Amino acid sequence: MTTAIEVRIPTILRPYTKEQKVVAASGETLSAVIADLDVQYPGISERLLENGALRRFINLYVNDEDVRFLGGLEAPVKNGDSITILPAVAGG
Amino acid sequence: MTLKISQAHIDAILEQSRVEYPDEACGVILGPLGKDHALRLKPMINAAHSPTFYEFDPKDLLSLYREVDDNDEEIVVIYHSHTETEAYPSRTDIAYAGEPGAHYVLVSTRKEIAPATEFRSYRIIDGVVTEEKVSISE
Repeated sequence: MTTAIEVRIPTILRPYTKEQKVVAASGETLSAVIADLDVQYPGISERLLENGALRRFINLYVNDEDVRFLGGLEAPVKNGDSITILPAVAGG
Repeated sequence: MTLKISQAHIDAILEQSRVEYPDEACGVILGPLGKDHALRLKPMINAAHSPTFYEFDPKDLLSLYREVDDNDEEIVVIYHSHTETEAYPSRTDIAYAGEPGAHYVLVSTRKEIAPATEFRSYRIIDGVVTEEKVSISE
């Protein structure tokens, strides 16, 4: 039984998802969901991860909670959860 | 491309930059989706509280995008101030630029040019910076 999780894609990554704003993915951790996304939309994980860690300038939320407070890539997710990806707005 | 912006918004951004000096000031201007119309100024808190870095707090960032979605708006302008350098995107600004559709506005309040200021606008797409004209409306 696979889990269905809604993932909201920011403008900058929509070229990977054929311009879809919301896609479905499965997995029991954030890391597994990203791996599944990359199978469906090859290349997208490279934009989210660097050397196996979340990129500094990408923010990820599970049900509106910053994943940095949920265990990062190991954050558990379940059927019906919603993941939001947003590019950080930051600079020097 | 050209950024069309009101004098009132320019004045408000420069004033915010002076008030928050020596920290960098930052914020956005929102407008109706797909219209490229800078209508609603929304100053943001620089969670970095730094003279050399700015960052929207991740919680504020999520609320901002939710608000934009709920109101059928888009982020037309993303602005921040440089306190000691010219109003040109830094290497960090370019690395972080994640909104290909936005006008990136830089202002400079550095002492060398005071009381004058700089207000410039750019597109930053895939690491390429293109300066654009700023057209001021009433």
